[in-house]
Amino acid sequence: MKQFIIFIRKEFKHVFRDRKTLLMLFGLPIVQIVLFGFALTNEINNSKMVVLDYAHDKGSQELIAKLEASRYFEIEKNLLSDKQLEAAFREGKIKTAVIFPPNFYHDLMHTNKTQLQVIADGTDPNTATTLVNYIQTITGQYQQQVMGQTKLPYRIVPELRMLYNPELKGAYNYVPGVMALVLMLVCVMMTSISIVREKELGTMEILLVSPFKPLLVILSKAVPYLIVSLVNLAVILLLSVFALGLPVNGSVVLLVSVSTLYIITALSMGLLISTTTASQQTAMLLSLMGMLLPTMLFAGFMFPIENMPLPLQVISNIVPAKWYYIIVKRIMIKGLGFASVWKEVTILFVMTMLLLGISLKKFKIRLA
Amino acid sequence: MNPYVIKADKLTKQFGDFVATNQISFEVSKGEIFGFLGANGAGKTTAMRMLCGLLTPTSGTATVAGYDVYKQTEQIKRNIGYMSQKFSLYEDLTVIENIRFYGGIYGLPAKELKEESESLLEKLGLQDQSKKLVGSLPLGWKQKLSFSVAILHQPQVVFLDEPTGGVDPVVRRQFWDLIYDAAENGITIFVTTHYMDEAEYCNRVSIMVDGRIDALDTPGGLKTQFKAATMDEVFYQLARGAKRQAD
Repeated sequence: MKQFIIFIRKEFKHVFRDRKTLLMLFGLPIVQIVLFGFALTNEINNSKMVVLDYAHDKGSQELIAKLEASRYFEIEKNLLSDKQLEAAFREGKIKTAVIFPPNFYHDLMHTNKTQLQVIADGTDPNTATTLVNYIQTITGQYQQQVMGQTKLPYRIVPELRMLYNPELKGAYNYVPGVMALVLMLVCVMMTSISIVREKELGTMEILLVSPFKPLLVILSKAVPYLIVSLVNLAVILLLSVFALGLPVNGSVVLLVSVSTLYIITALSMGLLISTTTASQQTAMLLSLMGMLLPTMLFAGFMFPIENMPLPLQVISNIVPAKWYYIIVKRIMIKGLGFASVWKEVTILFVMTMLLLGISLKKFKIRLA
Repeated sequence: MNPYVIKADKLTKQFGDFVATNQISFEVSKGEIFGFLGANGAGKTTAMRMLCGLLTPTSGTATVAGYDVYKQTEQIKRNIGYMSQKFSLYEDLTVIENIRFYGGIYGLPAKELKEESESLLEKLGLQDQSKKLVGSLPLGWKQKLSFSVAILHQPQVVFLDEPTGGVDPVVRRQFWDLIYDAAENGITIFVTTHYMDEAEYCNRVSIMVDGRIDALDTPGGLKTQFKAATMDEVFYQLARGAKRQAD
């Protein structure tokens, strides 16, 4: 036991003396959270818009005021002709345009029907769709406000509610994804590199010749990175709660326990990589190619898995990050308990046991 | 009672059809400096690994420090030291941290470890450098430190695998002074080397060819036996007959 502590202390020294690694270890989660939380978001604020108002009546003025009051749009200018409109789109400075026909309000009041043209820059389909949806919503609200005064025989008003994420914040999607990504990256890469480094240096031989048990060598390699990862997890959670305003709705204890399991999954994967490689570069490359890419692709936070072709959907099942991502979303955002994640936890657990078993066996074979 | 620190009898290791070491037999006495020579691929490393308890032999018997290589590998590990050509120190740890780490995993009590590390630093003249990172030390010092660390726990035998690769003759000479010192203190030295001048420093030398030990005697005895002026010639005469390609 004393030897074990001595070994772990040594591992921590390796971690803290390597400035670059240290920066990566603790900088990475912060950068990712900030990046995904603020920069890479689905919401669009202050999108540039132009208005071409042929009506100039009460209705058009009111609706323009409403559009301007929303945080989604920033009205560049009121244009006078179609020509100007085309030029504005070509310059690429605006994303949407709204055109009011003459007699907009008059028609609305007297024929109960009027038209409003919405033009969006389709080069970026996602943005265009989102913006058009915003405009439709705002128009709808205005319509209700106007119609409230008159009585209509039939009216269906869809009452929309976005469960768990009322404001449709992108962070709800990305934070669990970043957790899955960062923990995977740190654990797999760090453990595999640190074990392979001992092989490269020749210190592994010394350790194997010493009375220190091989299994303990592996364990003491894993413990520091487990602790570092838990610190990372805490940093991510604190950032998401206090900087992104994303609550942890479920049990924190459950979340941390599941994360620990996931960390162990990643550690065993790092161990597996280290048993199959002899150089640090190969280990790093394998970790990046073998872990980072599948995690990004198949965890489900960047590309929806349901949209993938069937073979890819099947492959996604063997990516641990996918299951962890599902679990974290349920616990953190939906606030569900163990009863609703036990299946995913079991899958993760079985994966971990398999990986750990294979890598320990391989490690022993190498010794023989 | 077994008077020998290392005793191998027809020790064999086979990997599939390939016989890495073929029925090697030898004895090494306490305090002896035993040179273990052979071209690359002759089977030295395999033999050494079996004696260190890292590999289980296919057949034959061997004891190291009185313990059986089949069943008592744990006891063997506790009673041997090991140093490879890679120096095996952590470059990002300081001199003293390296000493404490290796002493620590051999389970030396804290008080003893403190005394030992102080006397070791004094012996090597490294007192002022103890807080320096090992990576910043010259190669020769790393090597001497590495050897001193390998015998810190007072093993009965220390295995040295090409310990002087890549250092200049002066440093090599100094290194051998340390080896003589250790041997005088009763530590048995089992050393592999490619330098024939170093072979001359050994009490006895064995030369492996294609997995067999083809010659085993004192350096002087070998020279007489092969009618050679130097160990270089002896080695060349034997290695020329090798069928195995070096790896």
